[in-house]
Amino acid sequence: MNQRLLQGSLRSLVLLYFAVLVALPVFAVYGKGLSLGWEPFWQSVTHPLALDALWLTVQLALLAALINAALGTLTAWVLVRYCFPGRRFLNSLVDLPFALPTAVGGLMILLLLGPNSWLGQTLTSIGWEIVYRPPAIVIAMVFVTFPFVVRNLQPLLEELDPAEEEASYTLGASKALTFRRVILPALLPGLCGGTLLAFSRALAEFGAVVLIAGNLPGQTLVASVYIFGQVESYNPQAAAAVSVVLLTLSFLLLFTMNALFGRRTAR
Amino acid sequence: MRKLSILLVYLIFFVLILAPLGQMALGAWENGWQGFADVFARTDVQHAFWVSGVIVVIVTALNTLFGVLLALLLVRGTWLGRRVRQFANALVDLPFAVSPVIGGLMIILLLGPNTALGTFFESHGIKMVFALPGMVLATLFVTFPLMVREVAPLLQEIGTEQEEAAYTLGAAPWMTFWQVTWPSIRWGVIYGVVLTVARSLGEFGAVLVVSGNIINKTQTATTLVYQEVENFNFVAANAVALALAGLSVLILLGLETAKRRKEVRKHASS
Repeated sequence: MNQRLLQGSLRSLVLLYFAVLVALPVFAVYGKGLSLGWEPFWQSVTHPLALDALWLTVQLALLAALINAALGTLTAWVLVRYCFPGRRFLNSLVDLPFALPTAVGGLMILLLLGPNSWLGQTLTSIGWEIVYRPPAIVIAMVFVTFPFVVRNLQPLLEELDPAEEEASYTLGASKALTFRRVILPALLPGLCGGTLLAFSRALAEFGAVVLIAGNLPGQTLVASVYIFGQVESYNPQAAAAVSVVLLTLSFLLLFTMNALFGRRTAR
Repeated sequence: MRKLSILLVYLIFFVLILAPLGQMALGAWENGWQGFADVFARTDVQHAFWVSGVIVVIVTALNTLFGVLLALLLVRGTWLGRRVRQFANALVDLPFAVSPVIGGLMIILLLGPNTALGTFFESHGIKMVFALPGMVLATLFVTFPLMVREVAPLLQEIGTEQEEAAYTLGAAPWMTFWQVTWPSIRWGVIYGVVLTVARSLGEFGAVLVVSGNIINKTQTATTLVYQEVENFNFVAANAVALALAGLSVLILLGLETAKRRKEVRKHASS
C-alpha cells in the first residue's frame, strides 16, 4: 500500500512538473497575447514594423533552409560515400553549431565579416556589405541550422542498398537519372524533415542573429529580435502578440513534421 | 566529380565553421597572453562564469531526473492510456519549436512583477524574474526535450521482457530499474546529460530576457559576450567566447564518446 502511494505521488509529481514547465508557459503567451481581445492583438500584429519583421524572418529563414538543403545534402553524401583524409574530423565538426553557444556563433561571423577584418574590408571595397545587412542574417541562420539536414540524411544514406543503384546502372540509366529516380526518393523524407527543422529553427533564432543583424526596424529586424525589443521597452502585450504568430507557425511546422515523418526526424 | 565534391565539402566546413572559429581565436590574443589573462581577472567575468556554472549544475540535475522519469512514464506508463501518452509525447517537443526569446518571455509573463504568481513569490521574499530562479526555469524549459528524447527511444527498443522477468523473479521495482533497465539506458542518459550541459551553458536568448543582464548579479557568460560586443569591447568578448568555444569542443568530444558507447551497446544487445 505504502509503495503504491509513493509510486502514485511520484507519477503525479512528474506530470505536474511537465505541465507547469512546458504547458503552462505556452498558455501564458497565448493568454497574454489575446488578453485584451481580438482588436489590440490584431493591431499589435499588423503594426508595420511587426509585419516587416515577421515577413523578413520567414523569407530569410526559408532561404537559409534551402541553402542548407543543398549544402547539407552534398556534405552528407561526401561524408557517407567517400573515404578521404579528415573525414572523421569533419564528421565530428558537423555538430559544432549545436554545441556552440549561439551568441558565440554570431560573434564569430561578426569578427570574420565585420568592418575590422580584412575579409570584411575587402568585401566592402568591392561593394558587398554583409554585416548588419540581410545576407549576414542568412549566414548566421545557415551556420546555426547546418547540422539538421546532414544529420537527418546520414542514416538514410547509410541504409541505402547499393544493389538498387547497381540495378539502375545495369539497366542503362545514367548517373543523373539514377540519382533522380533511385537515390533521391529514398532520401526525400530525411531531406524534407531536415529542411523543415532547419526552417523552424531559423525562424526562432535569436542569439546568432542579434549580434550581426544591425536590427534596423523595417530592414534587418527579425521577429525574435523585435519581440526582445518589445520586452525591453515594457510592452509585453505586443511582444506576446507577435510571439503568438511565431509560435503558431512553429507549432504547425512541428506537427506537420511529426505527422509526415514520425519520430525519427525530430530530435 | 568525386575530388571536386570532397573539395567543396572542405570549403563549406572551412568557410562556415573553421574560418570564423580561427578568426575569433586570433582576436582573443590581440593583446597577447596578458590581455587574455586580464579579461579573466575581472571579477564580473568570474561572476558571470560562476552564474553560468550554477545554472548548468541545477538544470542538468533536475532535467536528468525528471527527463528519465517522464520517459519511463511515456513509454512504460500503460495506466495513462494510449491517447494521453501520444498527446504528452507531442507536447514534449514544444520547447524545440519555441524561440528562446519567447521562452524567456513566457517566464516573465507568468512570474513577472505584475502577475499573480510573481507578487505571491515576491511577498514571500523570493524574486523570480531578473534573478536566478527565473533563469533556471527558462533554461529548464529550453532543455526539457533533450533528455526525454534520448531515453524514450532506448526504453522502447529494449522492450519489457527483461523487466517482466525480473518482476517474476520477485525483484522490487527499484531493484529492477537499477539492475535491469539502467544498464541499457545508461549511455543514452549520459548523452542526454552532455546535451543538457551544452544547451544550458550556451543558452542565451531566454536567459537574456529573464535575467535583465545585470552585471555581477544575473549576468551569465553568454550574456556577458553580448554586452561586451554591444560596448565594442571585442577583446573581452573574444576571450570569453573563446573559453565558451573551448568548452563546446570538450562537450563535442563527450558527445562523440557517448554516441559510440551507445551504439556499441545497441549492437551488442541486438
